[in-house]
Amino acid sequence: MEANPRSTGRLPAAFLTPGSSSFMEFLGEHAPERLPGNRELPPVKGKVEAPHGTTIVAATFPGGVVLAGDRRATMGNMIAQRDIEKVFPADEYSAIGIAGTAGLAVEMVKLFQLELEHFEKVEGTVLSLEGKANRLTTMIRQNLGMAMQGLAVVPVFAGWDLTRERGRIFTYDVTGGRSEEKGFAAVGSGSVFARGSLKKLYRDDLTQEQAATAVVQALYDAADDDSATGGPDMARKIFPIVTVITDEGYHRLTEAEVTDIARSVVDGRLELPDGPRAEVL
Amino acid sequence: MSTPFYVSPQQAMADRAEYARKGIARGRSVVVLQYADGILFVAENPSRALHKVSEIYDRIAFAAVGKYNEFENLRIGGVRYADLRGYTYDRDDVTARGLANVYAQTLGTIFSSAAEKPYEVELIVAEVGDAPADDQIYRLTHDGSIVDEHGSVAVGGNADQISSHLDQRHRDEMTLAEALKLAVEGLARDANGSDRTLTADQLEVAVLDRTRSQQRKFKRVLGRQLSRLLEGEQPAPEPTSDKSSGGAATAPEEEDLDLPDED
Repeated sequence: MEANPRSTGRLPAAFLTPGSSSFMEFLGEHAPERLPGNRELPPVKGKVEAPHGTTIVAATFPGGVVLAGDRRATMGNMIAQRDIEKVFPADEYSAIGIAGTAGLAVEMVKLFQLELEHFEKVEGTVLSLEGKANRLTTMIRQNLGMAMQGLAVVPVFAGWDLTRERGRIFTYDVTGGRSEEKGFAAVGSGSVFARGSLKKLYRDDLTQEQAATAVVQALYDAADDDSATGGPDMARKIFPIVTVITDEGYHRLTEAEVTDIARSVVDGRLELPDGPRAEVL
Repeated sequence: MSTPFYVSPQQAMADRAEYARKGIARGRSVVVLQYADGILFVAENPSRALHKVSEIYDRIAFAAVGKYNEFENLRIGGVRYADLRGYTYDRDDVTARGLANVYAQTLGTIFSSAAEKPYEVELIVAEVGDAPADDQIYRLTHDGSIVDEHGSVAVGGNADQISSHLDQRHRDEMTLAEALKLAVEGLARDANGSDRTLTADQLEVAVLDRTRSQQRKFKRVLGRQLSRLLEGEQPAPEPTSDKSSGGAATAPEEEDLDLPDED
């Protein structure tokens, strides 16, 4: 039992020391080798090959925010996984989508979820949305050493701000630099195309359904021009993951709902392969 | 310098036990009952911020009486233990039995160590199972003994009297409202046999509800829902948002059960 390495079997002092409400701080004190940031990568020549997750998009609408991701993971020119999930709930009012090295990203998400839950249980109250976003900054910084060797993790954090009563999106760079995005955001290899697409589709008065459709359109455009992003896979019925966070909390659209949106997008593309057209002026 | 008097080990232990028991007896009691859909925790506690009942993990909750700083420390230790274990292995591998064992070792070591003052606390660790037969309730006393309890249990000042009241009337298939009514009746019994009346603001109530769709089964029963239950009406269906539960329960809905934190 990892909690009681001493022969008496009692909880070690670190467990009963009052103060920190952070699971990461506790882990750093009690078992520092378990923290992802304290692991050292042996020196390697060249790039480390590992599955990478690709495109994540987010958009706000009055009453909430949608966060969506495609389902592909690539390793070099290979498709490593067709149905990877890259969008996760962080807690009841926020979600996290990840681009970059899949293995490290999933571990980061797991630790981030635990960090929020741990704080909530110890303190009896939830962190502010800014507080959660800042916690994520710390975690990305701890991964900086890995990022330098090509194993970067770049998340998007989206959530409902209970005090300001609106949906908010935060993006990060590999060094942990955090910026709040107005309206919409995209990260990952297909982000350039997704952002261009959303730029033309996004309005600040979209309904939840329209916002969900807009992000699926953006993922389609990303998949259209970026080989590492997966489009809707009609044959295998693999569609993007679309999540919505409103004042009622986190909610992931069901498979049927996403299938409907993806089908209507694909049907539209059969007529107009480049997608809906915007006015020139 | 004077030489200390010789005190026999029996006497030393008896003194320490006496000291701890007196401290615990000063406080108000906590009652834990099984009901049809889970486990109910009721504490007499006028404070809204300093809890006697708290969540430890998905299916595990903690209740305590005695000295606040001591059981609060143990509670946080328990949360750390559970979260670390769930992080290392899997969420399913965190069990009340494991936690109760660690608490027992901790309390036992502190009790018998002459350098430390014994903790003036009595704890309950409970885990809700998929069926009533899988529910587990452990009572831990100040000296680290564990008692595996079934049905109903009371700890604190007037525990013996409350327990006997509960034991006679408790049934496993009680509804939440019935169980709450019985718990409040029990808590309202004074040491001298007379009954007091306890209102909703004097009670801290929480449940581990096995029918909850969320992964985290712990939920505080507050405000209107509590008043309604106390008045004996049928509880309203659980609200869509759990904002009222003081942030105690924030797991996602069932379609998200394939998340990585379950891997």
